[in-house]
Amino acid sequence: MTTPPHEGAPAAAPAPAALAVRHVTHEFGTRKALDDVSLTVPAGSFTALLGPNGAGKTTLFSLVTRLYDNRSGAIDVLGRDVRREPAAALSALGVVFQARTLDLELSVLENLLYHAALHGIGFAAGRRRALELLDVDGLADRARDKVRNLSGGQMRRVEIVRALIHRPRLLLLDEPTVGLDIASRAALVALVRRLVAQESLGVLWATHIIEEIAPGDRVVVLHRGRVRADGTYEDILAQADAVELGAAFLKLVGNSGDTAAEAAA
Amino acid sequence: MSVPGRFRLPLSGYLVVLVGICWREGLRFLNQRGRFLSALVRPLVWLFIFAAGFRSVLGVSIIPPYDTYVLYEVYVTPGLVAMIQLFNGLQSSLSMVYDREVGAMRILLVSPYPRWFLLVSKLTAGICVSLLQVYAFLAVAWFWEVELPPIGYFTVLPALMLTGLMLGAMGLLMSSLFRQMENFASVMNFVIFPMFFASSALYPLWRVQESSLALWWICTLNPFTYAVEVIRFALYGQFEPFSALVVAGCALVFLGASILAYDPSAGVMARRGGPENAK
Repeated sequence: MTTPPHEGAPAAAPAPAALAVRHVTHEFGTRKALDDVSLTVPAGSFTALLGPNGAGKTTLFSLVTRLYDNRSGAIDVLGRDVRREPAAALSALGVVFQARTLDLELSVLENLLYHAALHGIGFAAGRRRALELLDVDGLADRARDKVRNLSGGQMRRVEIVRALIHRPRLLLLDEPTVGLDIASRAALVALVRRLVAQESLGVLWATHIIEEIAPGDRVVVLHRGRVRADGTYEDILAQADAVELGAAFLKLVGNSGDTAAEAAA
Repeated sequence: MSVPGRFRLPLSGYLVVLVGICWREGLRFLNQRGRFLSALVRPLVWLFIFAAGFRSVLGVSIIPPYDTYVLYEVYVTPGLVAMIQLFNGLQSSLSMVYDREVGAMRILLVSPYPRWFLLVSKLTAGICVSLLQVYAFLAVAWFWEVELPPIGYFTVLPALMLTGLMLGAMGLLMSSLFRQMENFASVMNFVIFPMFFASSALYPLWRVQESSLALWWICTLNPFTYAVEVIRFALYGQFEPFSALVVAGCALVFLGASILAYDPSAGVMARRGGPENAK
């Protein structure tokens, strides 16, 4: 009788989630920005963090990227606690902030090399990786242009390239399509979805635009600092007993004026 | 869930980060030619106009490190060198406030390398830029008959690094306290000019003491005075231990406070009232 190679051996530990947020509460003075938030982004998945402005999305991103420390709960990036092992956690994540963060006075390549250096990647290796990613992104011919001369959509694409230069396993994007026209928005969403597939990235995509979420995506609905729903696109529809996500969102967060306006956007 | 195995950043990575930050600061400096020009013109105006005009009015007796009577231009040169560093330190901090305003600061702060190291690297980059400005000024001053002992051009280098660290750290600390460039720019005027005038940059302290004891006390408590003296002695190949100690002590205090101010759990960033204010 032949024994299967793994029989009798202890079961391998499950791969850690790209991002695991557990019971995080955060306050600014007396204002509670996040209230007992828990969510998971599995490795190699596209997870949308759906919520109107002021829902707490940016606060959550600031805690995950350790712009400030979470005072309660825990945040793990690939199993590494952001507070206890910040170097390991930050090495594994790439981020595109809501505000544009490129240096307008430098060229595209210079911006990318600077970011590579901040992750300990030397100029030669950084240049190779930057050109490879710019090629995938279709911006290779703009590498030596000053960022100031790019369109809004191109700047966003450069920021995505920059976030990937150190080969992270988790990509955070905080409302990356704000201010972009419909075509640029669609191109950006398509680029990130392609990268999820190609590089097996876990992606947390914060947005308040329903059209950016597709069937099959994981969706976390955040409203006034609390998670109102968490599941697949289809789970959310079932939970709200709705046929399309906009209606489900409004049911889940209550049809308040500001919320309705955001959802309609 | 915890993953076994301790994560360590490679030591070589620290050097890459330092070089990368200095490189970016250098590029920004080269892109801002007006900044270099104004950094050079400002002390030269003081040297060519102010010092030349006061040459006959202000006499400087023999005081260390000078072993003979010196022209007033020669006396003010170390103070003007320190002024370049003072302006540069605050200019670098202004760029940090700008970075925070436009969001670029976030990119620096999400680097996996320790935050204290990133801030020290930023300071180092600022010091490197100030060294270029100082040596360009000394070269022009040489043609204006401010000829220092040749050894002084070398011995002043470590002194400049120390004083640059103190003044840069002071600017860094100030930058953590201001949210907007406009606020910071206006405060700079209230810092630079009082620090410069209430010091030994333009007149020796014994002269100040003769005219006003209160002003002498202010000058004595001003860390910029000690920066000027460290530079003055170093330009003549000498070491002034007390001033060096004061400058080193102030540098450590300012740097420690800056690191605390930028700490994600304890600093002002954590208390700003929302992420939009902590760019």
